Amino acid sequence: MSGRSHSHRPNRGLQAYAALFMVFLYGPILIIPLFSFVDALYVRFPIEALTFRWYGELWRREPVIDALGNSLYVAAIVSVVSTAIGVFAAKAIARNRVPGTGAIVTFMMLPLVVPGIIFAVAILIVLNRMGVALSLYTVMAGHLVVCLPFAIWSLLPRFEGFDPSMEEASGDLGENGWWTFWRVTFPIMAPGIAASLLMTFTVSFDEFIMAFFLSGTQQTLPIFVWGQLRFPSQFPSILALSTLILAASFATVFLSLWIGRIGLPKAATGEIPK
Amino acid sequence: MSGANAGTGAVISARPATAGRLSRLMFRHEVLRGYTMLAPALVIMVLAILLPFVLMIVMSFWDQVGFDFDTTPTLQNYREIAEKPIYSALLLRSLWVSGIATLATVLVCYPMAYFVAFHVHRHKMLWLIIITLPFWTSYLMRIFSWKVILGYEGVINSGLMSIGLIDAPLDFLIYSPGAVTLTLAHTWAAFALLPIYVSLEKIDRSVLEAAADLGDSPLVRFFRITLPLSMPGVIAAVFLMFIPTVGDYVTPTLVGGPDGAMIGNLLQVQFGGVNNWPMGAAIAVVMVLAIAVVGLCFLALTALFRRWAT
Repeated sequence: MSGRSHSHRPNRGLQAYAALFMVFLYGPILIIPLFSFVDALYVRFPIEALTFRWYGELWRREPVIDALGNSLYVAAIVSVVSTAIGVFAAKAIARNRVPGTGAIVTFMMLPLVVPGIIFAVAILIVLNRMGVALSLYTVMAGHLVVCLPFAIWSLLPRFEGFDPSMEEASGDLGENGWWTFWRVTFPIMAPGIAASLLMTFTVSFDEFIMAFFLSGTQQTLPIFVWGQLRFPSQFPSILALSTLILAASFATVFLSLWIGRIGLPKAATGEIPK
Repeated sequence: MSGANAGTGAVISARPATAGRLSRLMFRHEVLRGYTMLAPALVIMVLAILLPFVLMIVMSFWDQVGFDFDTTPTLQNYREIAEKPIYSALLLRSLWVSGIATLATVLVCYPMAYFVAFHVHRHKMLWLIIITLPFWTSYLMRIFSWKVILGYEGVINSGLMSIGLIDAPLDFLIYSPGAVTLTLAHTWAAFALLPIYVSLEKIDRSVLEAAADLGDSPLVRFFRITLPLSMPGVIAAVFLMFIPTVGDYVTPTLVGGPDGAMIGNLLQVQFGGVNNWPMGAAIAVVMVLAIAVVGLCFLALTALFRRWAT
């Protein structure tokens, strides 16, 4: 890198700003873990004693375990299905010059932008008209809509940086399309697929608004937390539960974003090639 | 391509014609394969987005009778939305609160995106992941944390009281449009950060160096080159942040209170306590239209501004 470039001079003001930004970004989120260890019923200063008991209490409560099980079940199925569908969609978008790709991509990315509540009530209306009872499966349907854009978003860079001649070589050497996919395309795609699975799993696991409108009697974890917010006596244990959810989600998404960028050309990772 | 074939086809007779047909078939095959691979995703999106949306529009012209619907088309719901002040008041407040949150977020995020794009040279990928990480995770928890911070017995109030700065909790912290604005800004900031970062990253560094060599000061260079070239990212950021926040439900419910309620709350009660689904559908349709109108106005304004600026 050339030393004369203006942008290589450290800018103290901007560095301070960035530090402040990070404090404002992560500070509020860290409040929950901090107070989940405080031995008091209310979140308030001054902190007098620390404890692990709110965590211990969680495991003795059946509804928490049930909701956790439901969430894991929904997220597992949604992540596999949305990633499987996403692989083919991303390949078609990146590689086959399909007319109308731009419009199709915009259409598929809509759930990322349009307020979730609109899709949730719209799907609720359809389910009601079709006479489908609300259950974990209707939650999965809603989550599929939310997760598909994330799957395609995680997978697209893989296909865009993919050298088609490798598949052609496989074809020339006598493999059919299916084996070419398994033995050439899939291994190259593996990091993208892993990233997509992790990302969609977390998005589904954390998703609130679809589950809020589309779940029946069985609750997912965020819906359970929502219900408990009304009871002040439950507050500390909800803080503990939220801490666990936050920690697990942060770890999975971090892993997803990290894996998703492994082996990609420099330009796609945001590094400036020099 | 077919035009070129038609021109030369008469001179070099058979071969190019068959080759053309073959390549056309191949092309069609490729496209066909593309659509086949897109099909599952498209079917889901049509079944889960388009169909529900159409049905929602249809239902907005119905009427709720007890637990059933009167399906004779009527404009009753829309008339009620137009006439009763609560609807327009909440809609306008939603647009206003989201607008302010969007503006604040874009202003706050721009320097951060600029910092990562121009001043981070090592571990850029790690930086990007860390500044966007919170936004892919635990939406409910992040809003909940603001309730914990701003509440009457929350972190700020109890903190200030314990050091003796105030005697009674500050009641304006939570349950106000201000609390909603602050929380929305914090919750959705990645939607503003990412597009601005991408547009800044795309700027050709040699243009900036040329400006510097020709004697532009850093400030002039920023306003003449960096800012105009990053405008597409800023515009994208405004849209990506404004559209989803207008309909947010969790934020106004947790930190808004009665004074900070938004259109999303009104929409939710139609499907819950009030049990008037057609009215809810009409509110959703009006919300989408309002967002579209504001969005188009914003686009028109930026286009006008650009013509004026160049």
